[in-house]
Amino acid sequence: MEVNDNFIYTKEHEWASIEDNIVTVGISDYAQESLGDITFVELPAKDDEIDQFGDLASVESVKAASDIFSPMSGKIVEVNNDLEVEPGLINKSPYENGWIAKIEISDPEEASNLMTADEYRKFLESEG
Amino acid sequence: MIPYIANTKKDVEEMLKCIGVESVDDLFKDIGPKHSPKSFNLPSGKSEFEVVKKLQAIACKNTSSLINFVGGGYYDHYVPAALSTVMSRSEFYTAYTPYQPECSQGFLQALYEFQSSICTLTNMDIANASLYDGGTALYEAAMMAIRVTKRNKIIMDGGVSPIYRKILKTYTSNLNFEFEETPVTHGHSDRDKISELLDKDTAAIILQNPNFFGAIDDHSDIIEQAHSKGILVIESVYPISLGVLKTPGEMGADIVVGDGQSLGLPLNLGGPYFGFMATKKKYVRKMPGRIVGETTDKQGRRCFVNTLQAREQHIRREKATSNICTNAALCALQGLVFMSLLGKQGFKELAELNYKKGEFARQTLEKIKGVEVKRSSPTFNEFTVCLSKDACYVVEQMINKGFAAGFPLGRYYKGMEHYIIIAVTEKRTKEEILNYAKALKEVLKDKS
Repeated sequence: MEVNDNFIYTKEHEWASIEDNIVTVGISDYAQESLGDITFVELPAKDDEIDQFGDLASVESVKAASDIFSPMSGKIVEVNNDLEVEPGLINKSPYENGWIAKIEISDPEEASNLMTADEYRKFLESEG
Repeated sequence: MIPYIANTKKDVEEMLKCIGVESVDDLFKDIGPKHSPKSFNLPSGKSEFEVVKKLQAIACKNTSSLINFVGGGYYDHYVPAALSTVMSRSEFYTAYTPYQPECSQGFLQALYEFQSSICTLTNMDIANASLYDGGTALYEAAMMAIRVTKRNKIIMDGGVSPIYRKILKTYTSNLNFEFEETPVTHGHSDRDKISELLDKDTAAIILQNPNFFGAIDDHSDIIEQAHSKGILVIESVYPISLGVLKTPGEMGADIVVGDGQSLGLPLNLGGPYFGFMATKKKYVRKMPGRIVGETTDKQGRRCFVNTLQAREQHIRREKATSNICTNAALCALQGLVFMSLLGKQGFKELAELNYKKGEFARQTLEKIKGVEVKRSSPTFNEFTVCLSKDACYVVEQMINKGFAAGFPLGRYYKGMEHYIIIAVTEKRTKEEILNYAKALKEVLKDKS
């Protein structure tokens, strides 16, 4: 199970990658593997305002539908439209091509509510 | 199923003793007298024969021999005898909702064909496996539009059935919804009023065709305007009329709903009927209810499955697209058998017959003194007239002459006490229509 060292994580298995005032969001390798083959991603609308840990998107696999929560508050500036055509990108490349949305951060302090890669590894072990 | 096991007197005594209560009445004494039954001492049971006799006596109070001109959303169409033969096959009749759906390939195939028939009828991409009835289907459509657009205002055309409006308002009374209604007209939808109400919070416009007063409209222009503002259009339709009218799909509607009663379900008091819903492919994941899909099994054989279940409540819990969990499968099957028996050409002919008989009745009644047909646009098989006397009075008098004369509008609209909607189905003969006209003439002539 790969955990990307450059990212920070939520307990719900979303990852966040902060660059300046923009955070890119996706789900972890662990999450994609637990969900199984993803068949549909419901993306948020551009310009939507979102709260930290609020509903960001939902992904459907063959037998389940799960909500994706936003790691940070802010305004959605970009969504990964490729997922509409190829939702399986999340399975194939959870940390790169399978990103879900980019959010303009409204409160950088919120990053302290998330786990570092090491903390997330330990979290996965304790969950496992 | 849980069997019904009556408590013996001894059981009751033991239970009361165990919880420390003297009598059953004592147990319920905290419930105010207004809400409690007069007595818990029920009369002793009756034999099957006595029960049948009693129920028959009640049923006899119904007048079932009247010649029916009542519409208002539910119509007196002929139900072919073959329907009950197919329906009463135990493979269909005893199945409630298939909880192991893939074991019930026959029923899934029937529902798949039902969906296909609804798509053909409405000219839409996707239909679900049915809903409860037309009114709740309209509510589900409104909720769906709100999910799709993430807006919360609904504009309802004045021509939408008042019965449906009431259902919609009841269902949404505790939701964060805004309703705007355009004024009631007997003719076309009021374009200017609808236009005025459209704004960036508008999720959907609800239209009905033919409208409650019988008027036919082509809503293409309203739909085009709505789409330019990201607003969806919901069309409530009378399925039989689609045999001749421009379909909602051709007009560009986003969600189509209706009541399936006219598709082979006999009139009764309160159902069960079924509702149907169809939409565009891009909205399928926002559509409530079950959808049966076609696929192939391991050996490559054609088979059917319940599909897109991830939207449903057994998986999505409170985030499901709807908490309607039962479709009206048996009634929907009845609708399917009806459509299949008629076939495409038969369905078209049925619709034409309804239209022509409606026209004949309208032209006949128009000539009567005291009857003013309110019609600023074409009608299908139903039309609104203003009578020189109170419509409820006229209906009462017509019953004595053997007719169910129509739907008096005063029931729902203040100030329309003299208005009545008259529906004419394929079942009405020329003779019946002429006799109706004669009877109506007499009632309106009477000094009273």
